[in-house]
Amino acid sequence: MAQANQQNPSDEQEVMKGTSAVAKGVMAADPDVVSAYPITPQTGVVEKLSELVADGELDSEFIKVDSEFNAASTCIGASAAGARAFSATSSQGLKLMSEPLFTAAGMRLPIVMAVANRSLSAPLSIWADHTDAFAERDGGMLQFHAEDVQEAIDHVLLGFRVAEQVNLPALSNFDGFILTHVQEPANIPDEAEVSEFLPPRDPEYTLDPSDPKTMGAYARPEHWTESRYEIQRAMMDAREVWADAVEEFRDVFGRDYTEYGGMLDTYYADDADHIVVAMGSIAGTIRNVVDAYREDGEKVGMVRPRVFRPFPAPELRDALADAESVAVLTKEMSPGYESAFAGEIKGALYHAESQPPIKSYVLGMAGRDVKPEDIAEIVEDVKTATPQMSFKESESWPQLRPELLEGGDDL
Amino acid sequence: MSSDLEEQDYTDQLEHDDELWNPGHRACAGCGPALAMKYITEAAGENTIVANATGCMEVISTPYPESSWGTSYIHNIFENAASVAAGVEAAYQAFDRRDPDHLDVQDEDDLNIIAIGGDGATADIGFRALSGMMERGHDVLYIMYDNEAYMNTGVQRSSQTPFGAETTTSPAGKESIGNDTNKKDMASIAADHGVPYVATASISNPHDFKQKVEKALEIDGPKFLHVYAPCPVGWGFDSAKTVELAEMAVKTGLFPVFEMEDGEITSVNKIRDREPIDEWLEPQGRFKHLFKDEEKGEAAIEELQEWIDKRAEDLGLDA
Repeated sequence: MAQANQQNPSDEQEVMKGTSAVAKGVMAADPDVVSAYPITPQTGVVEKLSELVADGELDSEFIKVDSEFNAASTCIGASAAGARAFSATSSQGLKLMSEPLFTAAGMRLPIVMAVANRSLSAPLSIWADHTDAFAERDGGMLQFHAEDVQEAIDHVLLGFRVAEQVNLPALSNFDGFILTHVQEPANIPDEAEVSEFLPPRDPEYTLDPSDPKTMGAYARPEHWTESRYEIQRAMMDAREVWADAVEEFRDVFGRDYTEYGGMLDTYYADDADHIVVAMGSIAGTIRNVVDAYREDGEKVGMVRPRVFRPFPAPELRDALADAESVAVLTKEMSPGYESAFAGEIKGALYHAESQPPIKSYVLGMAGRDVKPEDIAEIVEDVKTATPQMSFKESESWPQLRPELLEGGDDL
Repeated sequence: MSSDLEEQDYTDQLEHDDELWNPGHRACAGCGPALAMKYITEAAGENTIVANATGCMEVISTPYPESSWGTSYIHNIFENAASVAAGVEAAYQAFDRRDPDHLDVQDEDDLNIIAIGGDGATADIGFRALSGMMERGHDVLYIMYDNEAYMNTGVQRSSQTPFGAETTTSPAGKESIGNDTNKKDMASIAADHGVPYVATASISNPHDFKQKVEKALEIDGPKFLHVYAPCPVGWGFDSAKTVELAEMAVKTGLFPVFEMEDGEITSVNKIRDREPIDEWLEPQGRFKHLFKDEEKGEAAIEELQEWIDKRAEDLGLDA
């Protein structure tokens, strides 16, 4: 974030492509094992990491795997052996990893993955949305969403720090193309700085032959529930661990992510009548729209969850408490109900004293461009939202092109 | 082979060590794969990490909070034992190079990393993971225990199920003779990956099998061992006859025992007076339909015999 960078202007910045920057952030985390398979738009990360290893700049075992499935599987073996393991993927690749990744959570292996968010087939699309990340929602993986390249780098470092403290895998999400292929100035912390914040991994249990353990045992009904409960407990512990980590991160690197314990980033939200909630790179456009409204004297603000798992429910209850209406902008949908993101925010506010009307807007799917005027229209629309909205009225697809649909004229 | 067994005394090599494969596991009486696990751990010793695929041997050996494994052991999912082992190997390579004191472990060179999977987990669903592990040259010994079907889930066919066998997904019926394919040749496939050491073995000859495990573990790079391990429940035979049936599969040539080094066959256990395959088929419930319908059964047995004869000729199996 530009705001955060200004706090430490002496930090050297370099203009580089998002994927290269993330790869250099990974290098700073000094993983023992990297195992990744190319997929658009993540490919630049695995290419850059390969190059860093080839040039001897990154001293990791780099496994040139045959698929994302085996990228995740090799990371599981490496992490179980005690290694710091990293992978990166996107979209279909994340789906191919999904089966082993769910077990990484159950086996409490703190693998960190950069996910260049992209839609899922069909139809085939290589462009950005959040369908891939949301499809992994229930696996027990920590999830962060970056707004810009700097955050994508920092989330990898924060990711390892938190994942290794609570023993859960982490997905560090950043929007495909919008962040992977953009050239932005960013600061890459050097390894000496990072080693203070992120010391070498020190796992409690490993596949050490001198102290044999059985890992990944089979559990019958009398034991299985407890393993799932432990994931839940670790997720809840991660809230505090993350809060501590962002504070130390600020002290070491000068970039401040500590608002709401690092869970939310807000922009003119404190006194806002109408709040736009969104994750990822779209926040930059929303900021411009908020600025325009504020210039006109209208109290519009933004709330951006930085952490998606654990879900920042108490923080959202607090941040949205005084709003007259809330617009949730989301790049995913859950067929048969409403967008999962909006549903979760509504769920979080069920226990709140104040329950502003919440309307969800499905947009920016598979790379469809979202312009400031699109967001301004949404703000105008949500002003009319009422608590009495019907289910149908509470979700809108503002970018839908009815002319492409059979019977679309009637929509 | 059998005559050799009768003549020689292998008692000293067959002393068993229960430390690494503990009794009390949940395997069925007469389980062939459970014997294979015993021989593997005895041959490999304690400085070993085992990565196991989901399947019979995982389910019977690790019902939480108990474990039969005296070695370090990891199970992940059905189709990735080879990849998990590759990841373990990569981690130890990294520790060795970057930070030898990182963990209290012996030199990576002395460490045995073994992946174990059943025939389905290896030849079918886990084939990609195995292929990748071998192609990349990880220092891992992969052992496929072959009981010729998905026994853990109740006897469904795999690509190692022999021709004519009845399974729940290849039932014999009016239009079906049972399974209509022959065993996929995993040894040759492994050898074609450039794997320096490939061998087959049977639990009926523990001495030979353990020697091959030991030999394989001395070699750097990927190794592939295919061990034949009958399943009394899935095959439908008296649980006292496991070793006998395994031995018979070798004597009929259905399961040839050989070694391949750098892609070339370097030793073959020659068979004097190879037995006809119906000697092996008849005691098994999964082939009983072949002996009920004489005409269809005879044709099927003949087809299986022809496949065996062809392989025997290719391998120079007959003494």
